[in-house]
Amino acid sequence: MIGLIVNPVAGIGGPAGLKGSDGEDVQAEARGRGSVPRATERAELALLEFARGNPGARVLTASGNMGQDAVVTAGLEPEVVYRPSGEHTTSADTIAAAAALAAAGASMVLFVGGDGTARDVSAAIPPGTPCLGIPAGVKMYSGCFAVSPVAGGAIAAQSVSGRLPLQRREILDVAEDEVRAGRVDPTLFGYLDVPYVQGRTQARKASSTGSESDAVRDAANGAVRQFRPGVAYLLGPGSTMAAVAAVLCVEKTSLGVDVVLDGRLILADATEQQLLQLVAHRPARAVVTVIGGQGFLLGRGNQQISAAVIRALGEDPLLVVATNDKLIALGGRPLLVDTADASVDESLAGYIRVVTGTDTSSLYRVAAADAAIEATNTSTRENNSWVDSTTK
Amino acid sequence: MSLPVAPKPALRRFHQASWDEPIVFELSTPGERGVLVSEIEAGITEAVGDVVGSLPASLRRTSPPALPEMAQMRVLRHYLRLSQENLGADLNIDVGQGTCTMKYSPKVNEVIIRNPKLADLHPLQDPASAQGVLEIIWQTERMLAEISGMHRVSLHTQGGSAAIWANIAMIRAYHEANGEDAQRREVITTIFSHPSNAAAAKAAGYRVVTIHPDEEGYPDLEAMKAALGPQTAAIMVTNPEDTGIFNPHIRDWVDAAHAVGALASYDQANANGILGITRAHDAGFDVCHFNLHKTFSTPHASGGPGAGASAVNHKLEPFLPGPVLERDGDRLYFDSDRPQSIGKVAPFYGVIPNIVRAYSWIMALGAEGLKTVAEIAVLNNNYLMKRILEIPGASAPYAEGRHRIEQVRYSWQRMYEETGITSEEIGIRLSDYGMHYWTSHHPYVVPQPFTLEPTESYSMRELDEYADALAQVVREAHEDPDLVRTAPHNQTVHHTHHDDLDDPERWATTWRAYRRKYFGETR
Repeated sequence: MIGLIVNPVAGIGGPAGLKGSDGEDVQAEARGRGSVPRATERAELALLEFARGNPGARVLTASGNMGQDAVVTAGLEPEVVYRPSGEHTTSADTIAAAAALAAAGASMVLFVGGDGTARDVSAAIPPGTPCLGIPAGVKMYSGCFAVSPVAGGAIAAQSVSGRLPLQRREILDVAEDEVRAGRVDPTLFGYLDVPYVQGRTQARKASSTGSESDAVRDAANGAVRQFRPGVAYLLGPGSTMAAVAAVLCVEKTSLGVDVVLDGRLILADATEQQLLQLVAHRPARAVVTVIGGQGFLLGRGNQQISAAVIRALGEDPLLVVATNDKLIALGGRPLLVDTADASVDESLAGYIRVVTGTDTSSLYRVAAADAAIEATNTSTRENNSWVDSTTK
Repeated sequence: MSLPVAPKPALRRFHQASWDEPIVFELSTPGERGVLVSEIEAGITEAVGDVVGSLPASLRRTSPPALPEMAQMRVLRHYLRLSQENLGADLNIDVGQGTCTMKYSPKVNEVIIRNPKLADLHPLQDPASAQGVLEIIWQTERMLAEISGMHRVSLHTQGGSAAIWANIAMIRAYHEANGEDAQRREVITTIFSHPSNAAAAKAAGYRVVTIHPDEEGYPDLEAMKAALGPQTAAIMVTNPEDTGIFNPHIRDWVDAAHAVGALASYDQANANGILGITRAHDAGFDVCHFNLHKTFSTPHASGGPGAGASAVNHKLEPFLPGPVLERDGDRLYFDSDRPQSIGKVAPFYGVIPNIVRAYSWIMALGAEGLKTVAEIAVLNNNYLMKRILEIPGASAPYAEGRHRIEQVRYSWQRMYEETGITSEEIGIRLSDYGMHYWTSHHPYVVPQPFTLEPTESYSMRELDEYADALAQVVREAHEDPDLVRTAPHNQTVHHTHHDDLDDPERWATTWRAYRRKYFGETR
């Protein structure tokens, strides 16, 4: 049985120009500016699509506008497992609803919202449970959203009729008041396992990598092959970095920066200061991957690898690791660096070698912070037809 | 007054044959025979003795082979039925197999290759007794050299990827001969080059660097230059790329590669739009390949045998696969004494029937005709592109708004966002109208891709019919998505269980493997 969580206020701040919808005062302000919540509508679109192949299906959900309403409108049968206490739902309600869905044994969780919702869901859903975001938020840095509600509903239908393979995706969120102050500084909060649709028989004209996890492992192998004795490697966060740690057989913290030297972990969850001390007296490189859906190498979830650290690393500071699929998902947009130091960002801009597998790499463009904010805004619009259509 | 025959509807009504035909092994009846082999005549037995008895015991089977036992007519019916449960270049408007160049293979060439003078040749017979066919090989090599501008051509390989492999093998031998093999360990390609380039380079032991398109969607020259260095062995690129976009800076790419001592290899699988218009040698390339079964009309034969051609300049001539056909006055002979050759890349001298077909095709058209082929292929493609881009939800990413050469890799991303129907599902539903397409090579760089290449073989009317059918399927995706999602409805089979193809425990490509994996038979 699938589970559904709707964040009823997701995206309400977008049309009102509030850069997000976190917190009750912002939501009240958005309503005051005439914004109408659209999350339920988005949920219905996804569920109608899901209902085509699963007419009358039962859906685990939360009461009222947290899911039940959309389930009923879509002609499906709600089984309410959580009821929010107040009239205005909060982040705590999303977390509690997600936990209730997990406890009720939901085989897949659809959630309707943005990065904030994804962050709350990832806090409560155990790894291995397929989760998919229906895009309805203002901020969508995380890589866990379907391209549209209808596409999300179709993937959900396929996921329940036959298990789809899962990809582990990073969940990023920014503090919205910072965005309003002109800063974009998202933090990595965790991971969700997202189902994806593979090509079917026809696609086998060309052999593809068996699965994304094989591709990630291959990229990790390619990176580890480039490791040299006596050099310290600063492993950033991200699912690809977890694969690098697995190849090295070291325990890696899931959200932190860990340092390995000659195959051994010498520093876990390092702070910027610790990294600076370490790299001051030995050769080192930072190993980073593309975090989230927007193509950031630095400045998203790995702020410990700061401008000062990059400077201290010397001429060739970065070893970038990512699967070809991750590069392709950028749709031609450059990789982005945002160390909050324009001269460091500028020094990293240009072309960088991205290790994509054993003995394979891609040359890819990197752009600096100034371009980054602009590119992020543009791509958020591109990736989210709803934001686009409602702001017109 | 009503017409005696009702007019046909705008869209063709189609239903595929469905014979529910068993596998040939299941049709076997013990003792049934297609051919009764005559008794050995007494004179022969007297002369050669007991042939079977003279074989060593280790070579003799202990039990007869498990082959189907069937009368001729049943065999005929079986395969004719299977052939009806199929779409092919001779049946449908086969423009959906972009990059494959599914053009008309003239039937007269089939008559020629079935001539006993050709069909009865043996690859081990004395070349002195096969001068005619050697003359055809010789002339075909010369014509392909002229078409590409290259110095010499080898027709040994049996397919395009095999030719690409031969090309990287020659490049490797070149660097070895110059003592630079240890230094030159990288090959550069582009993400929209055919993946065989990366695969062949990898198989030859090279590290592979892939270049993504620039902001305008063209191969990124600056990225390529950033990747080049003393470690570069070669660039291996397709042009036009699989998007149908011709690299406008191709000469700069080649010059940049040469400037660091690397060689330049040109994948010409997509040559159908450039015949008589551009030449690999004029862009400075050291080596290129052709697929005779694409550009030069020979049948694809469903995976083989195709035929490849490798064309090289003076630098790489010593490394050509061997033996090489040489001429001494009126006499043609094979030269096997070539110490720097990469050696054999295929049995004997190539796929002779396909070389004869390609020769015949080129001779029938002449130089001007080849150029006309390219011009019509490009015109057809750009006409079809206009029709396709009128369908809601279709786009042609990269270099948008520009013309394409001979094919286009389109995207259904917008339609997918609106309907949840994937490109693959559209292609499957299209087969209910007697047409089809494939999506794209992996990885799917273009989201929800489909690749169309109309070649020169199709009329405007046929291209319209194809575009109309596609437009209809997209209408269905909006109005009745379940109809599309549950397709095909008019086909021999409904859905295939593709999961079986992902699992080595379940896939079975032979009858014996099927019996073993599904019924636990050990024999």
